[in-house]
Amino acid sequence: MLDELAARFPYWFTGLLMAAGLYGMLSKRHLVKKLIGLNILQSAVILFYVAGALRDGGTVPILLGGHGEGGPVHPEDYLNPLPHVLMLTAIVVSAAITGVALAFMVRIHRRYGTMDERALLEQVR
Amino acid sequence: MSGAVASSLPLVLVGIPVACAVLVALTGERSRNLRDAWPIAAALGAVGVGLALAGPALDGAPRETRLWEFAPGIAVAFRADAAGLVFALLASALWVLAAPYAAGYMRAEGEERQTRFFAAYALSVGAALGVALAGNLLTFVLCYELLSLFTYPLVTHRQTDEALAAGRKYLAYTLSGGLALIAATAWLAALGVDATFTPGGFLADAGLGRGTRWLLFGLLAAGVGVKAAVMPLHSWLPSAMVAPTPVSALLHAVAVVKAGVFGMVRVTAFVFGPALLVGMGASTVLAIFAAVTLLVGSALALRHDNLKRRLAYSTVSHLSYIVLGVALAGPIALMGALLHLAGHGVTKITLFFVAGAIHAHTHKENVSDLDGIGRQMPVTMTAFTLASLSMAGIPPFMLFVSKLYLGWGAADMGRQVFMLVYMVSGVLSAGYLFPIIIRAFFRQPRPAHDEHDGHAEHEPHAPAPERRAWLMVAPLAVTGVLTLVWGLAPDTPFGFLALAEHVAEAVFGVSPVLGGGA
Amino acid sequence: MNLTAQLPILIPAPLLVASLAVPVVWWFWRRTAYVVVLAAVGTALAASIGALAHVVRTGEALVYQLGGWAPPVGIEYVVDHVAAYVSVVVTGVGLVGLVATRRWVTSDAATREGPFYALCLLLLTGLTGIVVTADLFNVFVFLEISSLSAYALVFQGGERAMVAAFRYLILGTIGGTFYLLGVGFIYFATGTLNMADAHQIMTQIGDSRAMQAAAVFIFTGMGLKMALVPLHSWLPDAYTNAPSSVNSLMAPIMTKVMAYVMVRMFLSVFPDGYLTNVLPIADVLVVAGLVGMAYGGATAIGQRDVRRMLAYSSIGQLGMIAVGIGLGTPLAMAAALLHVANHAAMKSTLFLAAASVRYVTGSSRIADFAGLGRRMPFTMTGFSLAALAMVGIPPAAGFFSKWYLVQAGLEQGAWAVVAVVLASSLLSATYVFRILEQAYLRPLPEDGPGNTARRAPRQLWVPVLLMGIGTVVLGLANAAILTHVLEPGL
Repeated sequence: MLDELAARFPYWFTGLLMAAGLYGMLSKRHLVKKLIGLNILQSAVILFYVAGALRDGGTVPILLGGHGEGGPVHPEDYLNPLPHVLMLTAIVVSAAITGVALAFMVRIHRRYGTMDERALLEQVR
Repeated sequence: MSGAVASSLPLVLVGIPVACAVLVALTGERSRNLRDAWPIAAALGAVGVGLALAGPALDGAPRETRLWEFAPGIAVAFRADAAGLVFALLASALWVLAAPYAAGYMRAEGEERQTRFFAAYALSVGAALGVALAGNLLTFVLCYELLSLFTYPLVTHRQTDEALAAGRKYLAYTLSGGLALIAATAWLAALGVDATFTPGGFLADAGLGRGTRWLLFGLLAAGVGVKAAVMPLHSWLPSAMVAPTPVSALLHAVAVVKAGVFGMVRVTAFVFGPALLVGMGASTVLAIFAAVTLLVGSALALRHDNLKRRLAYSTVSHLSYIVLGVALAGPIALMGALLHLAGHGVTKITLFFVAGAIHAHTHKENVSDLDGIGRQMPVTMTAFTLASLSMAGIPPFMLFVSKLYLGWGAADMGRQVFMLVYMVSGVLSAGYLFPIIIRAFFRQPRPAHDEHDGHAEHEPHAPAPERRAWLMVAPLAVTGVLTLVWGLAPDTPFGFLALAEHVAEAVFGVSPVLGGGA
Repeated sequence: MNLTAQLPILIPAPLLVASLAVPVVWWFWRRTAYVVVLAAVGTALAASIGALAHVVRTGEALVYQLGGWAPPVGIEYVVDHVAAYVSVVVTGVGLVGLVATRRWVTSDAATREGPFYALCLLLLTGLTGIVVTADLFNVFVFLEISSLSAYALVFQGGERAMVAAFRYLILGTIGGTFYLLGVGFIYFATGTLNMADAHQIMTQIGDSRAMQAAAVFIFTGMGLKMALVPLHSWLPDAYTNAPSSVNSLMAPIMTKVMAYVMVRMFLSVFPDGYLTNVLPIADVLVVAGLVGMAYGGATAIGQRDVRRMLAYSSIGQLGMIAVGIGLGTPLAMAAALLHVANHAAMKSTLFLAAASVRYVTGSSRIADFAGLGRRMPFTMTGFSLAALAMVGIPPAAGFFSKWYLVQAGLEQGAWAVVAVVLASSLLSATYVFRILEQAYLRPLPEDGPGNTARRAPRQLWVPVLLMGIGTVVLGLANAAILTHVLEPGL
């Protein structure tokens, strides 16, 4: 059981983080807390990709010599770089979403003077 | 009818009323006379085209227009075969008379929104002609749905709460019926059956399972049964009586209900075919529904004092004459059904014309108020008398001929019980119509009602003479005479008898009178 | 290199470039900005039509390798039958929306016209990008581009829209993140992000936990973005409160593109039959779609605001598309995709007509439609045509998608599908005729909001009328679309 847990640690951790994020988004009434939940959720997915790129005994995918110098290059010696690149994009997306959400919140606060979702919905209806 | 010849005439026939609607809408209120003349011209044109198509149909080479395919493998097709022409000729011939009548009625009643009314009227006729000439089931459904849509503004024309409620009911019934048909067409397409109407039925040797056949029959019969007002699907029809009378005439004589019963003809004789219908037992089931409707409809008509409602139930009953005729699945009964379709059309339109004329003239709606009306409106009530005699099946009127064939057909199929049903209903027809004649001609007019003091000027003791309303009286006089003429000579000038005989021969493969009958 | 080979990139690229250029152009030359917008969307539409013509003529998909890098290293754009078709719908409806709502923008958003149009173009960039790309991660990027601009556009609708936009943002982002997670599972299972590659490898390695997780997360995410019941709660508020110019651009195409992503997953990502036979995803889609049709239609009947009514009606129509995708036979898929175009045309017409009414009367309550049949004849004609098409009166567009779907349901013996699709027509008829009754059969109230001197500008009613007629033409031409475009593509 423990071995199973350890072997799939990244999965479980991702799942845990996602659950925490979703919980925050769906059950908290304060808009900022919702946004924090959203960020946790996105971070969970980013960590998932990064963890997936790991390889036992792999190292940073940087060739110290030139290509082909010092013997053939074996992919299994290195971490998979692609997920990291993808996640750079995902982080940018996440930052953009956070920015837009924060802008929305500023405007909402200015107009309604509250960040509590229930109070907001009452005012809107 | 394999030898269909390509021609654009069937499309022209369907297109004439549509073009008329456009012209009516464009002319609008600028010139009411011109606007009201368009339908008359269009109707005459339609009759001409219909007559031109009748000859080839009788020669076994019906004309057909095939347009583009609007579902893979299924084209929009209009085919002027003999059965379709019975309905198409009836509809266009009666439109010739209904058009001036409608103009006269709408003017006399001072109705508003006349342009919309006449445009929708023409479109409805166009959709009815489309139903008549549809060459396959999908085209039929297309026109059938459009007919529901185009008649909706006519039913709700008065825009009162009652009219709107009737309109909703009308739509609920007819759209549901349309959905049943749509389901059936989709199913046939899913089964890969070519749903081109074929005399003797395209399902006759499709080899479908028992359950599939019954479900298909149920969907199709229910779909067309709504407009044919077969009980228990009839209740929209009396409610739709809130519409102006020319609409009632259109709904109950020309377009809607006849589209329903004509659909029944198509379903029984051209989709399933008589042999399959009898084989699977659907013939008996349909016949029982029709017989019940026939009797109950007549009985209900007796109870209603409102003239238009009484006529509505009479329509319910007489439509089932036709449904029962096709359900009997015999050649002579089928002929009778087609003749009754035409005969009932001209007879019932006369009765509705009269009801409308009375209302426009005296604002009376109830049978019990009609004492002595025959003296005020002699021509009108004479036409009413002629039509009533026809309705009751008195020789030599048109409906006597059709009932003769229907009864003969029932006996021919060995189902004398249905012959009895026809006879009983004939007596009931006399029972709900003849008292009106007696009131009209043999009773003294009652003094004007006191409760109508507020607008006593509408209850004149000496109303304007009938002839001033010639736009209404002339058409109803013509249709009244036609009930007699078509009884004496059913073939003049449209050849209803010949067409009906041709259909029966094509469907059953034998000459009905010589081969199957005697 | 000839032009045809460049067509895939010519669909999203002009939109992207223009979205960056428009604010700058607008800053210097106010009037030119709109010309740039139209030119960009027009180019994208022309490229889409060109691509569609090419694909239909040759029967082969157009493939474009971004930066010349071959897959699986590089990103590939593939325009096949389905992609070209959806792309034409998206850019076409987008162009109509941008033309028709011009007057609205100049009166409402005049001070921020440049940024507004930049967002519109970004929205279209994202949507067309999703359609043409064949790279799973690239889909995510375009998804977020379109979603972010959509959030911002909805936010412009004034006070009530703010909260709706925020909720839309939260739920939309959950959807996008779930999609990303699903793609991660596919990537770690197959080592590729290219759709064709992933399809091939997944077919070879067979079922695995990772694939199951991928399917579940991707479809949950897309279900959220597509507003599939029970994940629809963001849609009614967002559509109701968004500015008129936005919801007539967004409502018709945004959710449809999400449906397209689902179709892609069925056709070119997961192994054939995997989502139908191995996982019950298809069945879930069918059930959710059927519930959505019933729920959306029934809820629409009770609405008092026409935009909210149209929003619920959208939920129902999207349910129908989901049913088609879930049934999974070529005919059902074709019905779903046909309905993508049909519904885009109908909803565009209806929302534009509602916008036009709101422009004239200042109200979008259904009760205030009384007498508008006379007051705004052309707008209401277009509205009626599209509304009747939605009910499914032949020969208008909606009839045929329903008809094919019923047919597909019958072929599979899926009676519930047949029953619900047919019954949903009656639901649509009920809410549609409520409005038509008001418009044509009730008099214009003397003191009602319809009694203003304001007239519908030609720029508004001409597109409405043309689109209304278009729904009928689309219905008449459906066999051509089906046989030439959809059937070869499925």
